[in-house]
Amino acid sequence: MSQLTPADTLFEPDIEVIEEPLEGRMVLNVGPQHPSTHGVLRMVVELEGERIVDLRPVIGYLHTGIEKEAEFKTYAKSITFTDRMSYVSPLNNELAYMLAVERLMDVEVPKRAQYIRVLLCELDRLASHLIWLGTHGLELGAMSVMLYCFRERETILDIMEMVSGQRMMASYFRFGGLAWELPDEFETAVTNFLTEFPDRLAEYEALLTRNPIWVERTKDIGHLDPDEALALGVTGPMLRASGVDWDLRRDMPYSAYDEFDFDVAVNDGCDVYARYLVRLEEMRQSVRIAWQGLEKLEGTAGQPIKSPNRKVTPPPREELDTSMEAVIHHFKLWTEGFKPPVGEAYAAVEAPRGELGFYIVSDGSGKPYRWHMRSPSFANLQSIAPMAEGGLFADLIAIGASLDPIMGEVDR
Amino acid sequence: MTARNPTTERIKEQFPEAVIAVRQIAGEQTVVVEREQIVEILEFLRDEEDLDYNMLVDLTGVDFLGRTPRFEVVYHLLSMRHKRRVRLKVLAEETESVPSVVRVFPTTNFHEREVYDMFGIDFEHHPDLRRILMPDEWEGHPLRKDHPLGYEPVAFSHNSNEIYRDKSFAED
Repeated sequence: MSQLTPADTLFEPDIEVIEEPLEGRMVLNVGPQHPSTHGVLRMVVELEGERIVDLRPVIGYLHTGIEKEAEFKTYAKSITFTDRMSYVSPLNNELAYMLAVERLMDVEVPKRAQYIRVLLCELDRLASHLIWLGTHGLELGAMSVMLYCFRERETILDIMEMVSGQRMMASYFRFGGLAWELPDEFETAVTNFLTEFPDRLAEYEALLTRNPIWVERTKDIGHLDPDEALALGVTGPMLRASGVDWDLRRDMPYSAYDEFDFDVAVNDGCDVYARYLVRLEEMRQSVRIAWQGLEKLEGTAGQPIKSPNRKVTPPPREELDTSMEAVIHHFKLWTEGFKPPVGEAYAAVEAPRGELGFYIVSDGSGKPYRWHMRSPSFANLQSIAPMAEGGLFADLIAIGASLDPIMGEVDR
Repeated sequence: MTARNPTTERIKEQFPEAVIAVRQIAGEQTVVVEREQIVEILEFLRDEEDLDYNMLVDLTGVDFLGRTPRFEVVYHLLSMRHKRRVRLKVLAEETESVPSVVRVFPTTNFHEREVYDMFGIDFEHHPDLRRILMPDEWEGHPLRKDHPLGYEPVAFSHNSNEIYRDKSFAED
């Protein structure tokens, strides 16, 4: 039972705290306020010359006790928390939460709502990857990429604002469907964006993919074996860039992803450059999915976007004038919320950073008994030490950027 | 979800004494097992060909205050080859410790630290069991049900003097 397997040998315990570094070594504290840490990540790095001997990530600077707070609120009130945990891809977070509660409540979501969810999640993924590409470029000295990426992201945020009234914290998904129907101008805006975007993506590629400086700084940097990645719980583009062909959207489809046609980007380069290529390919695939989403929206025009289950979704406004029952449902939903049966559910989505799951335990009351989020960045962050140790200090910045951590969901 | 999931039967076969309860809710399998054997069971689930749970996705805790044993530690496993998930649980009292599974799945390093930080559950043989999210000098474990939520008083003109008088600010 106890013979060592590859996974066992990977993990080296970090017990001793270095009071006095060994001779010739230096302990450098990176962060928590460092522009390259994407928030407030602190890394204690032990250096020998320019080589990293030991690295320990220190987290918790953005801990806000969201999981505790959610236990004191009705299910619907916590939707806004999910947005704020990963502020660059809020809709994917919402979707995972919706799926977990819908599984608990056994609610069917109408087809049209599912298509809209998929379409918006893909736009969300584009926005998130654009932030990653922009900051990645910026950190390695390619500043113009950042300006272009933020321009495109702005277009997506405008679409989000059009849909939900909020640029970033959309809070547009509801249990059993969506908050309201899409606005009329939505289709034109998305069509314009999707028509334009592939050319823009080609421009970024022209700036970076064969740029000798970019290749020099990313190729063979931050090596992560597939075995190591799996053992460390790494998911998402990081895992696919280590050659593991795994994408929840295709392999364990949720929402309506099984009706969409797309390829999963895989690359076995295992380095920062491979992660760059994988994410770029994912952006192209997201555009493909979004086009299909638009088509499906046309096919389902006029269909409901909310589940007819009145215990979960509120009745339409006009029913309140004529139906006492509707008034009661409305009142119940807005005061004590709905009450899922006693039980638990775990649902996961393929967020831009990897598997994002929600584990909800219900005790039968209107508030969750336990509300836990499995955040991809939290697990992925553990791989930074094995990737950076033994390499140059300057590469740590490239590795950190390829991880694309969002500290909001790491610390919660 | 149509293919039958043999995980529960295989665990029962291999560890007949260790299985405390089996539940199936909303298509998800949950197996409650003996705390002492969690390491062997996870190793078994990871290494057997027909199970092949190659990733431990999530590890977390739940506090059932007033129930004995008080805590649950929940493991979510994923098999990429068979496209399956299973949930394992172990039960622990406040004074009892749970064997650490870091040796089997290194990813649980952070997760077990988080559960220790939030619930005060001790993980035996964890290489580096420290607080991870809360400050080192924090007292108590915030996600325990008997830990208060806490609040900040909102300062209005009629009570701001009172609030700021008692509030600790950094020294000028």
